[in-house]
Amino acid sequence: MREPSYIIALAGNPNVGKSTVFNALTHLHQHTGNWPGKTVAVARGAFSYRGEDYAVVDLPGTYSLFAESAEEEIARDFLCSGQADVTLVVADATCLERNLNLLLQILEKTHPVVLCVNLLDEAAHKGIALDLTALENALGIPVVGAAARDGEGLDALREALRQAVHAPLPPPPRALLPEDPEAAAALRMERAAELAALAARVPEDAHRWDRRLDRLLTSRRTGLLAMLALLGLVFWLTIAGANVPSQFLSEVLGGLQEPLRALLLRWGLPAEVCAALCDGVYQTVAWVVSVMLPPMAIFFPLFTLLEDAGYLPRVAFNLDRCFQWAGAHGRQSLTMCMGFGCNACGVMGCRIIDSPRERLIAILTNAFVPCNGRLPTLIAVLTIFFAFSSGSSLLTAALLLGAIVAAVGMTLLVSRLLSRTVLKGTPSSFALELPPYRRPRVGQVLVRSVLDRTLFVLARAVMVAAPAGLVIWLTANMTVGGASLLTHLADFLDPLGTLMGLDGMILLAFVLGFPANEIVIPILLMGYLSTGSLTDYQDLGQLRHLLLANGWTWQTALSAVIFTLFHFPCGTTCATIRKETGSFKWTLLAVALPTAVGVAACILLHLLLTPLR
Amino acid sequence: MTYATLDCLAPGQGATVQDLTFPAPKRRRLLDLGFVPGAAVTALQAAPWGDPMAYGVRGAVIALRRADARNISIVGK
Repeated sequence: MREPSYIIALAGNPNVGKSTVFNALTHLHQHTGNWPGKTVAVARGAFSYRGEDYAVVDLPGTYSLFAESAEEEIARDFLCSGQADVTLVVADATCLERNLNLLLQILEKTHPVVLCVNLLDEAAHKGIALDLTALENALGIPVVGAAARDGEGLDALREALRQAVHAPLPPPPRALLPEDPEAAAALRMERAAELAALAARVPEDAHRWDRRLDRLLTSRRTGLLAMLALLGLVFWLTIAGANVPSQFLSEVLGGLQEPLRALLLRWGLPAEVCAALCDGVYQTVAWVVSVMLPPMAIFFPLFTLLEDAGYLPRVAFNLDRCFQWAGAHGRQSLTMCMGFGCNACGVMGCRIIDSPRERLIAILTNAFVPCNGRLPTLIAVLTIFFAFSSGSSLLTAALLLGAIVAAVGMTLLVSRLLSRTVLKGTPSSFALELPPYRRPRVGQVLVRSVLDRTLFVLARAVMVAAPAGLVIWLTANMTVGGASLLTHLADFLDPLGTLMGLDGMILLAFVLGFPANEIVIPILLMGYLSTGSLTDYQDLGQLRHLLLANGWTWQTALSAVIFTLFHFPCGTTCATIRKETGSFKWTLLAVALPTAVGVAACILLHLLLTPLR
Repeated sequence: MTYATLDCLAPGQGATVQDLTFPAPKRRRLLDLGFVPGAAVTALQAAPWGDPMAYGVRGAVIALRRADARNISIVGK
């Protein structure tokens, strides 16, 4: 790319649609999260306007420039470094007073500054009348109103930025502030209140819908119930909706396997190579696509909808008492929610926790919640063994919900254990903003979550699945001393597997699935297929036959569910933990903790259930 | 006029912030969130287990743990 002519620094409070403005300006679809401090690393984008190139640096969302958190330091350092030609401050039109406080701090540090009052649509909905001209006059800087999600006001914004770098207004007179930083802070607040009163007329009942929703979603009587119901609904829609497309995909992709083999043979490839490519690489990839894609393509958008609507901070609010009990940071429930999508993202997200002790707890326990790569495995096993005869996706959803509650419970238990032993300390205080609810843009959510998240995660899984499929096919087909390498390995693990109520092959599938959790079932399938008599699978019914033929009972299934929930994090997550903690020792503990819990729980269950046989 | 700490407010009750008795960094953070002496706060709603509590301050909603709210002294209206 060409060297940009100008650099724009993008600053603002969390939850003001700053990333939406960034995306709209740059068309770079950076993912926005509706919780405080989502942008933990600095994102960069670029756009051209009237023949000139602008680079946009998306600074972390902060409430202030002066407090001592990593995010604020990044924002402050960048603004003070003078690297930016202009600073664009994004403010929430529905909460101007608090937002203007940061603007005033930035005005003390840098020039020129353009203010973008975003979320005009939300303000109009709440009956808030805005006078941006008055605000512009009082501040002495350009003020542009916008509804960035609808693309409203963006042209005006680009033009204001262009004028600000070419012909900046004279710097507004600096406010005389007392030396004492706290007196200065109080004075700034007062000025922000005056400005907000000047620019916005907020009706008494403007936020009544937010309060009503909060009463439903966070109160003593209905808060937890609503949370479980919402999560259960998401699971049910995922399971019920994924059935048909999953079957369709596996039929189509499975049907292509033989024509592919014929084609490869016609090209003159040796039969062994064709088998390795078709039965190894292709079959594994086909399984990953047909089993992973549909639930992901439903779960991710639904989860993003909740996130977009501003629900996740409410989850943190509801569960905070539990995290206090665990001696953990209140924001850990947010990183836990990120872990649902992907544990590696969850671990990275732990940067939003300032206290090193609590951050470590959150990192070490993140893999205790099942990521999106493990959900389909859980769904498949639960459906096959506990809801097959009834065929009820509602029952599977309820069982899955139970598994998730168990995973969250274990997260809390292990967090408490850590905070009482190796990571002793008092929980640090935290303030959690409950931002206004927003009407999510369904269309945008769909596009963004399918394109950005689903396809990204799927591509990663496929990239891992292809070589893994080859390796597993080779181990299954290379014979040493009369049995395949895979059988030898499985036999080696069999004593431990049996003790855990599983078998050697299942354990081996988890071990070989280390690169990505998505490939555990395909490995297992190939392992069983290479040693058993069945040679084909099409749907869950056939998977059920295959598992039953290999000695699975409901107890095996229960152990498999437990071990799916609690085992070593995947390769990507381990690498991320190593990077985030900078310590091999902590990474080892992050691997050992869930594995120990899973192994112990499975053995315990097996011993308890043995008399039943 | 009555003096108390923020955690004494029941949902629906309002008061004025008088002082913050946190150590410096925490104090700074809460000041930046709008809990400055003289600011009006309203307790809005408690979480399902009674803690934390959501407060309305400066047009925003901020949840604080009880243990932290105890460090903010208020003057009743």
